[in-house]
Amino acid sequence: MTRLTEATRSFRTAAWLGWQIESNWTDPFAFAIYSLAKPLAGAVILMFMYAVVATGGVDNPLFPHIYVGNAFYIYVGAVLTGVSWAVIDDREHYKTLKYVYTAPTNVFTYLLGRGVAKAVISTVAVGLTLILGAVALRIGVSVQAIDWTLLIAAMALGTCVMAFAGILLGGVSLVMARHSFFVGEAVAGALYLLSGVVFPVDVLPAPLQAVARGIPFTYWLEAIRRALLGEGASEVLGTLSDGAIMGILAGAAMGMGVLSYLIFRLSEHRAKERGLIDMDTMY
Amino acid sequence: MFLRTVVGRAYPRMVGLQRERSWLVFDVLLPLLQVSAFVFIYRAVEAPPEFTGFVVLGGAMTAYWMNVLWNMASQLYWEKETGNLEIFMVAPTSRMAILLGMALGGMVATTVRAAAVLTLGILLFGVEIALTDAPALVGVFFLTLIALYGMGMLLSSLYLLFGREAWHMSNLLQEPVYLLSGLYFPVRSLGAWAAAGASLIPMTLGLDAMRQLLFPAMTEFAFLPVRYELAILAALSVVFVAGARRALSYMEEVARRQGRLTVRGQ
Repeated sequence: MTRLTEATRSFRTAAWLGWQIESNWTDPFAFAIYSLAKPLAGAVILMFMYAVVATGGVDNPLFPHIYVGNAFYIYVGAVLTGVSWAVIDDREHYKTLKYVYTAPTNVFTYLLGRGVAKAVISTVAVGLTLILGAVALRIGVSVQAIDWTLLIAAMALGTCVMAFAGILLGGVSLVMARHSFFVGEAVAGALYLLSGVVFPVDVLPAPLQAVARGIPFTYWLEAIRRALLGEGASEVLGTLSDGAIMGILAGAAMGMGVLSYLIFRLSEHRAKERGLIDMDTMY
Repeated sequence: MFLRTVVGRAYPRMVGLQRERSWLVFDVLLPLLQVSAFVFIYRAVEAPPEFTGFVVLGGAMTAYWMNVLWNMASQLYWEKETGNLEIFMVAPTSRMAILLGMALGGMVATTVRAAAVLTLGILLFGVEIALTDAPALVGVFFLTLIALYGMGMLLSSLYLLFGREAWHMSNLLQEPVYLLSGLYFPVRSLGAWAAAGASLIPMTLGLDAMRQLLFPAMTEFAFLPVRYELAILAALSVVFVAGARRALSYMEEVARRQGRLTVRGQ
């Protein structure tokens, strides 16, 4: 069997397994409520924050940018925490990680596959959050006005960055004992603050703005906003053309791909060397 | 025996805080990141500075809700998964004492985290507090905790029947409760009926009262006068603790009959 076939099969099987783990604990109706309640609650919190204090409430010109940023960030949180959590789940909850390693499996693509279920659920959540925004809150997203080329290109590159970042965190989780539970959440929380998800990066203090400009998701959200709303939220990023934004994203995707592969393989080697693949911390 | 059980179950929670001190960093850092993001939202729309205080206070209270969800409500599920639940069941003690010990230990440990979030938030964002009635604030705070952990004890008994769905249920209850209890905005803006319904969650009225007592300039955003909120919180405390007692014995019986007390990995 070629390496490519093994990688593809591992990815496909892991995607199916991830979907079963995510969804088969209940009936489809309860699962739909579960999948949507969390992201919709987050969007409605933002709505109330604006309704209470912003000039014009949800008609404030900043609100659509914030709403769209928050909606699409669902992907980042889900994929980053999902892939790193898959390591903990398999290693400590189901205690199957050792079997995954002893089977003819490509663990790199296996973990990528485990993130697919999260991405699928996130797609539904993002779609419904946008529909709620467009219909109930008039955030100005219409199917006719969307720049589909920019949106599809941004989503493709953004997904690559997210998936590779997830693998990187998964690798780090392999060599962590009692802190791996926090890794995904901590990184997703920091990115939520620093990528200008719910406010323009311009309002961050200068040192944090510099950090924000080094994070790929800042550019990804800028591209998504431009594609859906016709313009970005940030004056700082406004000087960059669409092509420049996509170039940065493409570079970030390639860089993250190489970095995640190297860190994952290094962590994997250390985990095997130190006997951590079947570690049980009784979390 | 009741008291010894309470102390015995509270002890590991308090000692656990000392054993893995690095967790404190994450427990403080994670809510603080969320708080910072919401502070910058209010700054972006030039909201009055008191709203920063609202968010910081709400962020500190999230620590309690997280503790109630993951370390109270879900606890008996974790105990089942790790094999401790059957030991609890054969021990010659009250199950309520075990829940009470979990609640007391959780309260103490979480207070350290909440205080750290509050202090750092106040220092980082320059929150100005104008405390008007310290005894009332202490009363509101403790009644909120009693009612909240009473709710946690009640949920804990309901979770006794859950398998894998316990994990998802806790996940499900996280953000919607942030919304309903007005952790990051005044609950009054939900509208009178929705806010009244949300008042079943003790944090809703507790936060509203604490905000009135700490930021008196913003009383226009208050939902109910503090004295009413105190009375409702006292009533909720009694209802939740009494409800937990009844629910625990009922759910334990159901779980025994259905053979769910020792089933793992569902």
